[in-house]
Amino acid sequence: MTADGVAAAAAAELRRVLHPSRVHTDATELGLYRRDASSIDGRAAIVCFPTDTAEVQDCVRVAARYGLPFVARGAGTGLAGGAVPLDGAVVIVTTKMNRVVSVDPVHRLAWVQPGVLNLDLTREVAVHGLHFAPDPSSQQSCSIGGNVANNSGGPHCLADGVTASHVLAVEVVLADSSVAMLGGEDPEPPGLDLRGTFVGGEGMLGIATLICVRLTQSPPAVRTMLMDFESVEDGARTVSAVIAAGMVPAALEMMDRLCIEAVEAYIGAGLPTDAAAVLLVEVSGLRHGVDADTARIIDIGVAHGARTVRVAQDEAERQLLWKGRKTAFGAVARIKPNYYLHDTVVPRRALPEVLRRVYEISERHQLMVLNVFHAGDGNLHPLLVFDKREPGVMERVHAAGEEIVRVSVEFGGVLSGEHGIGLEKRDLMPLMFSPDDLAAQEALREAFDPDRRANPWKVLPSPAACGDLQHVPDGAWV
Amino acid sequence: MIDLGRFADEVGDTGPVTIAGLSTRGGAVPGIRTVSAPTGIEWVQADEMTACCGAGTPVDELAAALAEHGQAVALPPGGSVGGALALGRSDVRRLGWGPVRDTLLQARYVSAAGTVVRAGGPTVKNVSGFDICRLLVGSQGTLGFLGELILRTRPLPACSQWHRLDDVDARRLGLLFASLYRPSSVLWNGSTIWVLLEGHGDDVAEQAARHGLEPCDGAPPLPSGSRRSMPPADVTGLTGSFVAEVGVGIVHHAEPWEPPQPDSRAARLATSLKCRFDPEGRLNPGVCP
Repeated sequence: MTADGVAAAAAAELRRVLHPSRVHTDATELGLYRRDASSIDGRAAIVCFPTDTAEVQDCVRVAARYGLPFVARGAGTGLAGGAVPLDGAVVIVTTKMNRVVSVDPVHRLAWVQPGVLNLDLTREVAVHGLHFAPDPSSQQSCSIGGNVANNSGGPHCLADGVTASHVLAVEVVLADSSVAMLGGEDPEPPGLDLRGTFVGGEGMLGIATLICVRLTQSPPAVRTMLMDFESVEDGARTVSAVIAAGMVPAALEMMDRLCIEAVEAYIGAGLPTDAAAVLLVEVSGLRHGVDADTARIIDIGVAHGARTVRVAQDEAERQLLWKGRKTAFGAVARIKPNYYLHDTVVPRRALPEVLRRVYEISERHQLMVLNVFHAGDGNLHPLLVFDKREPGVMERVHAAGEEIVRVSVEFGGVLSGEHGIGLEKRDLMPLMFSPDDLAAQEALREAFDPDRRANPWKVLPSPAACGDLQHVPDGAWV
Repeated sequence: MIDLGRFADEVGDTGPVTIAGLSTRGGAVPGIRTVSAPTGIEWVQADEMTACCGAGTPVDELAAALAEHGQAVALPPGGSVGGALALGRSDVRRLGWGPVRDTLLQARYVSAAGTVVRAGGPTVKNVSGFDICRLLVGSQGTLGFLGELILRTRPLPACSQWHRLDDVDARRLGLLFASLYRPSSVLWNGSTIWVLLEGHGDDVAEQAARHGLEPCDGAPPLPSGSRRSMPPADVTGLTGSFVAEVGVGIVHHAEPWEPPQPDSRAARLATSLKCRFDPEGRLNPGVCP
C-alpha cells in the first residue's frame, strides 16, 4: 500500500472510533498542523481531536496498527519544532481536552486535562488566592499539556521553579496505547520518579492526558521596579550582586537598548530610551520582607551604576511596566517583519561577556539583535530581527543562531532554558553531551517507547540506523 | 570538575557492586564488592545559587560550607549528599524548601558499563534533553552510582523560627493552614501544631502573633515506626501516634506500614528502565526503589 493509502485507511479507522468531525485529512487542516510556532515545516497525514483518555488511546493504537508515528500537540506555541509532524505523522491535538477536573484550594492542587490553557487555570483559581506558577510569555495561549512536555518556565520561575516543580502526577498514554499513572498526590510515591522524568519529555515519552498540578499562594505584597543603566554590563552585574546578597526576587528581567526603543515606541510606558539596558525587578511576599528587599536591591543597583530607579506606585503602573516586558516580541514588528527567538542559559556571572559576544556575532552577520530575557536565571533570549525577503538573510540568521548557542555552551551554559530541543537544537546536543550521555537518554526514551513511534526524530541526534529519515526539514537551522 | 576516572575504574563493568556512603540511610548491600564516591566540595557559587561536590561529601559539611556563603541546600541533614539524593527523601521543611529531587541540577555518575555519564546541566534552568537527574534521585543507586553533583542552593532565611499551638483539631488545622502565608513547615500530631516560619524577622513575628503561635525550640521528635506518603488531604483522618507534615502528606508514624504498590504499568516502565540502564543487574543488586 502507498503512504497515501495507509494514511487513508488509518483515517477511515480513526473515523470509526472518534466522531468523524474530529478526524481531519483535508489539505487546509493538514497545512495548519504541519508546524508549531517555530519556522520549521513538517507534514501531517491525519489530524485528530480526541476528547478523553480512551480516545487518545484509540488514536495511538490506530497509528501503531498502520505503522504511523504520532505527535501530541497542545496549542502549538512551541518554538523548537517539538510539535512539528514529520514523515506523515498522526497529529493528536489535545485542545478539546480542556477541562479543569477538580481544584483543592486547601491542599493547593488541581487535576486538569492537558488542553487547559495556562492562564485559564490561574484565572480559575485566583478566587482562592492561588495561581499556577509557570508563566511562559505565551501563557494566554499555551496549554498545560504543552508546559509539561516542555517543562516550561517564565519570568516568575526564578523564585518558584519551572513546571517540573509544579507537577505532582501525570496520567500518560504510552506509545503502546497503555495508560500509566506517574506520580500522585502523595509526595513520595513508591518506585522511580517517572513523573519527573516524563516532564520535559517533549512528547517522546507518551501523551499526558490528565495532570495534577501544584498551586501556589499568591503573594500579599508585590513591589515592581525598573532600573536603567548606561551599560549592559552594569545591569548584568547588578543581577549577580542581588543574587549573591541572598535575595531571590520574584522576577529579574532585562531589556537592552534596541528592545527598549521598540517597546517604548509600541506602548509608551515612559521607558528611558537613552539607556543601554533596563532591569525589571519584582519582589513579592510579606510586606516587611518586600520593603527590606526593595531597599537593598535599589542600593545594589545604584552601587552598580543605575541612573534612575522607578518603583511602580500602583497596580496600573506595575501592569504598564510588565506590559513593556511582555509585549517586547510584538514590538519588534515595528523594526523588521520577521524575528528568530533564541533561548540559551549561561551562568549569571558570564552574562556580560556572553552578551558582548552575542552583539559581536550579530554584527558580523549583519543582523540586528534585541535582548529581552530572564536575567535572574541567566536565561538569554536573543531576538534576531530581519526581513526574510532579503536574499541570503536566512543563512545569516541560522549561522548567527548556531554561534550564539555555541558561545553559551562554551561559557558553561546549556542549549535551552525553556524552549526545549525539539528539532531546532537536536543536532547541537553533542555540544553538551558525549555519546555515552546521549546513549543514556536514548535508553530512557526506549524504555518508554521501544518502537520510537512517539514524536520521532526529535531531541536526540539519531544514530545511523535512522537512515534517510535523519533529514532536517525546511526552516530548521540545526 | 572532579576526576571520576578512578571511581569509574573501581565500579568497573562486570560483577555485582554496591556503593557505601556514610551508612545512615541503609548502607551498602552486604557481601559484595563495595565502592565509595569521591568526597569534597569543589565549589560554592552564591551568585549562581549552585554548589558542586563529590557524592560522598557529608551533607553537614556541605551545609556548613554553604552557610559561610549565606546559602543552604534542601537536603535532609546527616549522611552523604549522594545518599540523600539516592534515597530522595525530604526533611520536614519540604513544604517551603521543596523536594530533594528539585535540588539536583547536574550529575556525573558511573553507569553499569563503568563509564562516566553526565545528566542535566550546571545552570539553575535547563531543558536540554531528557531529565535523567530526576530518574536518578530516589533510584537508590540501581541505575548508576552518583559521582559528582551540582546542586541548586537557596539563600538562608534572615529569620527562622519554630512555633507551636495546642488544642488544634482537624477543623482548626484547616483554617490555620489556609491563612498562613508560605510557612516552611507545618507539623501536626492530632492536637498540637508546630509551624516553621522563615523570612524577614518582622514578618515572622507578625504572622505568629496573628495566629496566636508561640515560639518554641524546634520541631517535635518524629515517631520512627514508619514514614508514610499519602495525599495531604488524607492527613486529617489519621489515628494513632503520628506527626504529619501538613500540606505535604509525609507522616511519621509509630506503627509500621506497608507502602502501596505503584501503578502496575509504571512499575513495568521502571523495570524496563532498569533493564536498559543496568542489564546485568550488577548495581546494588537486590535493592528495589
